[in-house]
Amino acid sequence: MNFEPFLLAPIKDHDKIDVYQKHGGYTALRKALKEMSPEQVVTEVVNSGLRGRGGAGFPTGRKWQFLAKGTGKPIYLCVNADESEPGTFKDRELMLLHPHSVIEGTIITSYAIGCHHAFIYIRGEFAQETRQLERAISEANEKGYLGENILGSGFDLKITIYRGGGAYICGEETALMTSLEGGKGYPRVKPPFPAVAGLYGSPTIINNVETLSNVPHIVNKGAEWFKSIGTAKSTGSKIFCVSGHVNKPGNYELPMGVSLRELLYEHAGGIRNDANLKAVIPGGSSVPILPADKIDVNMDFESLAEAGSMLGSAGVIVLDDNTCIVHAAMVISRFYRHESCGQCTPCRQGTTWMYRVLERIEHGKGKPEDLDLLLDICDNIEGNTICPLGDAAVPSVRTSIKQFRDEYEYHIKNKKCLVTLGKRFE
Amino acid sequence: MDSVKKIYLDEKSLGRLGELKKVFPDRQSVALPVLHVIYDQLGYLDMKAIEEAAGYMEIPKVYFEEAASFYTMFPLKPVGKYLIQVCHNISCTLMGAEELVEYLTQKLGIKVGQTTGDKLFTLVYVECLGACGGAPMMQINDKYYEHLTREKVDKILADLRKQV
Repeated sequence: MNFEPFLLAPIKDHDKIDVYQKHGGYTALRKALKEMSPEQVVTEVVNSGLRGRGGAGFPTGRKWQFLAKGTGKPIYLCVNADESEPGTFKDRELMLLHPHSVIEGTIITSYAIGCHHAFIYIRGEFAQETRQLERAISEANEKGYLGENILGSGFDLKITIYRGGGAYICGEETALMTSLEGGKGYPRVKPPFPAVAGLYGSPTIINNVETLSNVPHIVNKGAEWFKSIGTAKSTGSKIFCVSGHVNKPGNYELPMGVSLRELLYEHAGGIRNDANLKAVIPGGSSVPILPADKIDVNMDFESLAEAGSMLGSAGVIVLDDNTCIVHAAMVISRFYRHESCGQCTPCRQGTTWMYRVLERIEHGKGKPEDLDLLLDICDNIEGNTICPLGDAAVPSVRTSIKQFRDEYEYHIKNKKCLVTLGKRFE
Repeated sequence: MDSVKKIYLDEKSLGRLGELKKVFPDRQSVALPVLHVIYDQLGYLDMKAIEEAAGYMEIPKVYFEEAASFYTMFPLKPVGKYLIQVCHNISCTLMGAEELVEYLTQKLGIKVGQTTGDKLFTLVYVECLGACGGAPMMQINDKYYEHLTREKVDKILADLRKQV
């Protein structure tokens, strides 16, 4: 199948508004405002089957339909640009090279849901990305695509960029809102769902950058076109972020359902230094690990779930066979320990315990009973917390023990790695 | 507002704070943006500067202090002119982040968490910066440096020294 990337279209200077317009930019906005009612935009997105690209994969149009009506309160859109799932770096590229797609998607979505003040919550470290969005917003303002009475339609919108402060948890939608309200990024109990009571207690929609970048294309080319790409239940394209031990790490926009083998060996250039593949974490560090013999799986929500993992944010982390799995699991669990907001005991304590146990195994001080202890901690975190961060800390530890138990046991018994570590830094 | 004297924040920062007063439906939302203003000016969060900003914004300073303690991207003490933050999350570690840090500690003659004697460089570890395709990578002040090698690190440090 001949697939042309449209989110990451290889167009030079696509971040400039004139170039963006020359390639069809802002025609979708014009079409939506002049020819479609907000309900028609929502219907088109519902029919397209577009699902959230931040990790959860919830149907985008259906999320919009959940908005509470007639509350008398303003409706808010929060663009989730707090990209921080380890292994994920796609929204960054969209904001750097295609910021107008993000802005156009934000404007059309705001029109569809009746929002007049949208917020882009961007991770604090993304300074250059913030400057790109600021410039795109100012260019869009000058052209009359933002502000009051956009293109004479009577629709008003302003966009405010909100910079985070280096907290992974703020990518969780309720924590994002708490943070935007000026508090510590603590997740909230759902219900109420944001669509009913979100930012400032108002009905709120939170969508990921990549999700919104799809919206102008769906408006322009229609739901049927979108559905012709990908699989029946995972429609459209997906940006796969490939990192780790491959020859060509980077972002690859391909149809949903491409095989993991094709992604790794045809697009990402295969395993570097002629090493063999050990394992792949296909959806960011929060999803179960797939061992090398399981890579004949299609990269879509359903197929990966059937294979015992998840598509998540499509951060594909590749481990060659010179990788010590204990070390890798320790590094991953250190992250969750660092990022736990501290609100729920199972997550706050559990992630710390998990890291400590892994650290002692890694440093030759492990005990034989540690493996069952780790699995026990996993069971006690999972499902016992307000938000999914605790759950996200579990899969890498649990599946690494299940799939590579011999390596853990060797580490505990011999106080060193079973594998010979490869040279990494040249 | 006699108690609020301009000591820490310069005109540019105060101008930005003034702008922030108008942006949000709820004024408490300024917590993080105010911290960014202080960080941009000073390179770290100074508690006296926070107090000054809180007075200017007419919001209890505890909101800003709480945020300062929660959000880890802002140092709470002065750091070197160049804050080197090396990602040691999974993709960067797979690609040699630990060796990269070892190389940096040798080159700079400091341990992780320390600042060089000339107050030029501070070296710290950070978690994922969202640039895994460019691993191993580091951030120096607000700039990302990716696909690092020994050769590239040599050049980056030499260029920064030249700028002083």
